[in-house]
Amino acid sequence: MPALHRDDIAHLARLSRLQLTDAERDHYGEQLEVILAAVARVAEVAADDVPPTTHAVPVVNVTRPDVVVPCLPRGDVLSGAPAAEDDRFRVPRILDEEEQ
Amino acid sequence: MSDLTRLDASETAASVAAGQVTAREVTSAHLDRVNQTDEQVHAFLHIDRNLALAAADAVDAARAAGEPLGPLAGVPLALKDVFTMRGAPTTCGSKILDGWRPPYDSTVVERLRQAGVVVLGKTNMDEFAMGSSTENSAFGVTHNPWDLQRIPGGSSGGSSAAVAARQAPLAIGTDTGGSIRQPAAVTGIVGVKPTYGAVSRYGLVAFSSSLDQGGPFARTVLDAALLHEVMAGHDPKDATSIDAPVPPVVAAARGELGGVDGLKVGVVSQLQGEGYEPGVQARFDEVVELLTSMGADVVEVSCPSFDYALPAYYLIAPSECSSNLARFDGMRYGLRAGDDGANGVEQVMAITRAEGFGPEVKRRIMLGTYALSAGYYDAYYGQAQKVRTLIRRDFEAAYRDVDVLLSPTTPTVAFPIGERADDPIAMYKADLATLPSSLYGGPAMSLPAGLGDEDLPVGVQLMAAVQRDEQVYRVGAALESALQERWGGPLLDRVPELVQGGAA
Repeated sequence: MPALHRDDIAHLARLSRLQLTDAERDHYGEQLEVILAAVARVAEVAADDVPPTTHAVPVVNVTRPDVVVPCLPRGDVLSGAPAAEDDRFRVPRILDEEEQ
Repeated sequence: MSDLTRLDASETAASVAAGQVTAREVTSAHLDRVNQTDEQVHAFLHIDRNLALAAADAVDAARAAGEPLGPLAGVPLALKDVFTMRGAPTTCGSKILDGWRPPYDSTVVERLRQAGVVVLGKTNMDEFAMGSSTENSAFGVTHNPWDLQRIPGGSSGGSSAAVAARQAPLAIGTDTGGSIRQPAAVTGIVGVKPTYGAVSRYGLVAFSSSLDQGGPFARTVLDAALLHEVMAGHDPKDATSIDAPVPPVVAAARGELGGVDGLKVGVVSQLQGEGYEPGVQARFDEVVELLTSMGADVVEVSCPSFDYALPAYYLIAPSECSSNLARFDGMRYGLRAGDDGANGVEQVMAITRAEGFGPEVKRRIMLGTYALSAGYYDAYYGQAQKVRTLIRRDFEAAYRDVDVLLSPTTPTVAFPIGERADDPIAMYKADLATLPSSLYGGPAMSLPAGLGDEDLPVGVQLMAAVQRDEQVYRVGAALESALQERWGGPLLDRVPELVQGGAA
């Protein structure tokens, strides 16, 4: 297992959409190294000829009848929104200045 | 009736149906008990007295009108705050959902309503069900009624504490790696993880979708079976829901399928001995002897891949969690932070999630993101899924020879609050014995086995093959009655009273 550097944790945090302080990066970095070292043991068993299990009780091709049913009323859906405007979710800008 | 909080769920339902007591009286008695004890226990995050009494009144009105009542009509229940319910908040123990009121009911809640079960409120839990102590809640710790300085287990610790403290005869939890069975064990009650897919996950906020399963907490095996039957059954709204009849769990709990005489019981070599506290091992050995004396054929079974359940689980569950929790981005519901007009959407998401999630959730999201990232996927997540296959094969081989498997539920009794709070690996070890059947998907029950070190409860775990849930109830009920005969009553009779100067 490669050692986790501060840059690696910063990269992971960015992928995870988590803003971390330098102190948090160091703390989580140490803990993640310990956890990864413990879980890397899965490599000791299970050779190439073992198929993966994705679900405990496999079910396939689950469909429902193609019937139109009403969705939730707009007011109910927007009632939990952190910000709403004109019957829509209001979100922060999605492009950086230079991309606009 | 003297004290309605001492009745089992089945007794309560019978009394309500017979008109000896009203659902309103039963509900009031339990709400009073919550008032008296929850300052010490802190099992509940949200209680709505009026909502609960309205549900009780609906049961009383239905009875007065001569309508047929469900098997648990008028029985109070504590609901883990991970299931959506209209009219109440759903927080999942997280600041990121603080105050969120879901616009829809989970299927489980819908079924409880149909059955006439009275939901008292929502219970505390480790944030997004990640933890084994309920210390990871953003809204304070829950205390074990047996010793208020100790953890009630987790992640469903509010639900286990509520039942052990007689705040409710029934509770619902969810189990991803042991989050029903471990809290049940350390609080001296019954907890069941049904077969994966038995209980609908619609409206259950997802942690690890291939493992999450709702299930019952109760003081008796029969009560757990009655609630199991109400909760379970096919739901078209959950694509992983099993489209088959619910196994006869109530009949099994009533002893109608027979006892343990002639049944083959396997003791798992890998789930005992080293790492298990002497007091836990001693109670477990007594249970094995007891089963033998009751006519069961007890054999030792080796499941070598179980040694890899912990590493496999702590790759699979965090991987699925990192994907599932991406939905908490501060856009459509829940907390939004840093939206000052200058920050772009990605920064707002990162600030929101930094403020909204606690340390364990952050650890697992980053761990899962790592395990799923290019270059590491095969070595970690892919390899863990192969281990899952090996564990399944060990179970399938075992169930060709035995009817149920047996182990201690947890390696230790309830540990002191704070002891493992910032030591993830030590915390993860609380799930050592419960993880294998989670990865396999079969049903598993924790049942009180007596008191271990420091006079704290010890649980024994019964496991069975996929869709053979009735087997754990059959053996559980027989064992429960033999143990209670030995103890001279239920183990829970020995839990501290909690109310100062309170009479029984």
